Amino acid sequence: MKNELYPWLILLLPLCSAAFITLFTSRSKVVSSLISIGAVVAGFVLTCLFINANGFQFSGETTVKWLSIGGLDVDFGLRLDALSMMMLLIVTGVGGAIHIYSYGYMHDDASMARFFACLSLFTFSMLGIVLANNFLMMFIAWELVGVSSYLLIGFWFEKPSAGDAAKKAFITNRLGDFGFLGGILMVWGLLGSLNFGQLQSTMAANAAALGTSATIAGLLVFCGAMGKSAQFPLHVWLPDAMEGPTPVSALIHAATMVAAGVYMLCRTLFLYNHDALQVIAGIGGFTALLAALMAVQQDDIKRIIAYSTLSQLGYMVMAVGLSGPTAAMFHLTTHAFFKALLFLSAGSVIIGMHHEQDIWKMGNLRKKMPITYWTFLIGALALSGIPPFSGFYSKDSILAQALEQKSYILLTIAVFVAGLTAFYTFRLFFVVFTGKEKSDAASHAHESPMVMTLPLVVLAIFAAIGGFIGITNNYGSQFVANHENLGVVQQALEPLSKPVPMIIGIVVALAGIFVAFSLYKNVTSDPLPAKLGGFAKLMKNKFYFDEIYEATFIRAHDVIAAVVAGIDRILLEILALGTIRGGTDLTGRMLRQLQTGNLQTYAFLFVFGVALVLYFVLVK
Amino acid sequence: MQVGLHHYLTVSILLFCLGLLGVILRRNLLVIYMSLELMLNAANLALVSFSRFNDKLDGQVLVFFIITVAAAEVAVGLALIVALFRKRQSAHVEDLTSMKL
Repeated sequence: MKNELYPWLILLLPLCSAAFITLFTSRSKVVSSLISIGAVVAGFVLTCLFINANGFQFSGETTVKWLSIGGLDVDFGLRLDALSMMMLLIVTGVGGAIHIYSYGYMHDDASMARFFACLSLFTFSMLGIVLANNFLMMFIAWELVGVSSYLLIGFWFEKPSAGDAAKKAFITNRLGDFGFLGGILMVWGLLGSLNFGQLQSTMAANAAALGTSATIAGLLVFCGAMGKSAQFPLHVWLPDAMEGPTPVSALIHAATMVAAGVYMLCRTLFLYNHDALQVIAGIGGFTALLAALMAVQQDDIKRIIAYSTLSQLGYMVMAVGLSGPTAAMFHLTTHAFFKALLFLSAGSVIIGMHHEQDIWKMGNLRKKMPITYWTFLIGALALSGIPPFSGFYSKDSILAQALEQKSYILLTIAVFVAGLTAFYTFRLFFVVFTGKEKSDAASHAHESPMVMTLPLVVLAIFAAIGGFIGITNNYGSQFVANHENLGVVQQALEPLSKPVPMIIGIVVALAGIFVAFSLYKNVTSDPLPAKLGGFAKLMKNKFYFDEIYEATFIRAHDVIAAVVAGIDRILLEILALGTIRGGTDLTGRMLRQLQTGNLQTYAFLFVFGVALVLYFVLVK
Repeated sequence: MQVGLHHYLTVSILLFCLGLLGVILRRNLLVIYMSLELMLNAANLALVSFSRFNDKLDGQVLVFFIITVAAAEVAVGLALIVALFRKRQSAHVEDLTSMKL
């Protein structure tokens, strides 16, 4: 491997930046943000140089001996193959655009230095997941992502809702991570290694190496992805996490954190047997459907996009479950482009509207914010899967995968979700950007500064052309033996080779846009609740999942906590601590009476003792 | 009457007990101190008489050491008692109970 030092630099630069900002420059907003942006941009440049030198292929591992206890050998190692290199590009590239955008977005915030320190820490953690060559290291980075996302979601901690959302995200992730850790231990116990390369060769040599517990082990590991990628039933944290600043939403919910789950599934794909994959696909499909339905009736611009993220993640997980890691990672990549674009455009709208997030107070922003309008439109078209935008290609590859695997139920769900996606995306688009101004703030909206629009334009270009710039080639070389690289034109025409999913995809997307157009053109309030009645209410209230969890799990947890607290108070505080402390105190008080403080009493006792000793020694 | 080892030892024990009673019963620090010296000398007497009757010099050598150390001890002890008296205006042991809570 050439330039072996570069991956280490890419990984450690953001960490150094976080430490430096915290220790030295936390008083200067500009210096702090420039350090943080510099670290991630340098990471991007180094990634490009490294890929230029090594190409998109497995170029080995660079390791440092970390610990060796008994049979457990763990290296601190970086694994560099097409998968991790592509993710490096996404994390540093999209992340870099978001960093630059943040400079504009957070400019008036007093704690901008803290924000950038957290952002750098987050980038470091995410790069740790991407580069890890073993389960243990990945798990540590995994938890670091949890911590730094907690810090970022709760960035405006003086708002109680932000603090609650941060806690919710953290705790929900812990639930998934508990299963993940169990899965890791199980894999280690059964296969005796934590290194991905070794595990893969073990599994390749003997597919039944995990024995009867293969399904359980696979599903436990999947639990981790379920938490991070917010799959049902652990999906509840993601929409609430919109409480963080918008760049954070873009970074966490588009390009990095939620992608970690899907990335981990693809990284450990060899672990899952048929049954486990079936469950994974089912959960993915269900999440996609559920979240798409919820998105239809939301009114908060960021929440709509958040539910759309959930839905698209369901798509990716479903693709993994359908044994289509190439399709999953392809969608992850294009999704990172267009979803970061949508989030940042939404952020631009929010800034332009002076922190108003209700879409029913916007309207006709096309005139006021032309750049944001066009970038948002490109993002929306990509998300809806309209050719030739990137989302069309990746979504099409997932539909094709479902058809190829002959799982028609999932295919139906996927097609339905594709239609819903186009519908809710363009509902948002028409309400926000066209029609009449629905409030004074909308009439006085203004375009955002250059530092914010420039990343938008860059992301928009990639969201537009992402489908045929060779992303599938890179992933294909990782997952498919004898993969043939396709030229740009071949990639652009690739969907034509399987016309059925392509035609279905385009038709439902256009249908979704058409319905959205006919319903939401020039309206001032949502016409849907009147038509759907109770179901609309159900969707608006997210199918009452929060309330159900509140009434069952959280209530049960509170009861258990109260019981445990009672036991603690009675058994430990009163009985154990009471006797020990009280007993010592009492003995001390009693023994104190023996001390007269009189010199001659002591002298007498001393003599008496000597006499006693002499008596025993001499007489007895 | 021939004076033998027993007589010497009896005197020594009597002196020792006298000293001991003095230490336990007397109230004045100076007197207690003198009683302590009496006990030391009782031990010296026993050592010297053993040495005399066993025809060995070990005991006498030991006595020289004891006398030397006792002299040094008296110097320090008297100084302490004088200092204590100056501070408390008293050399009675009943008054010295500040170690007790």
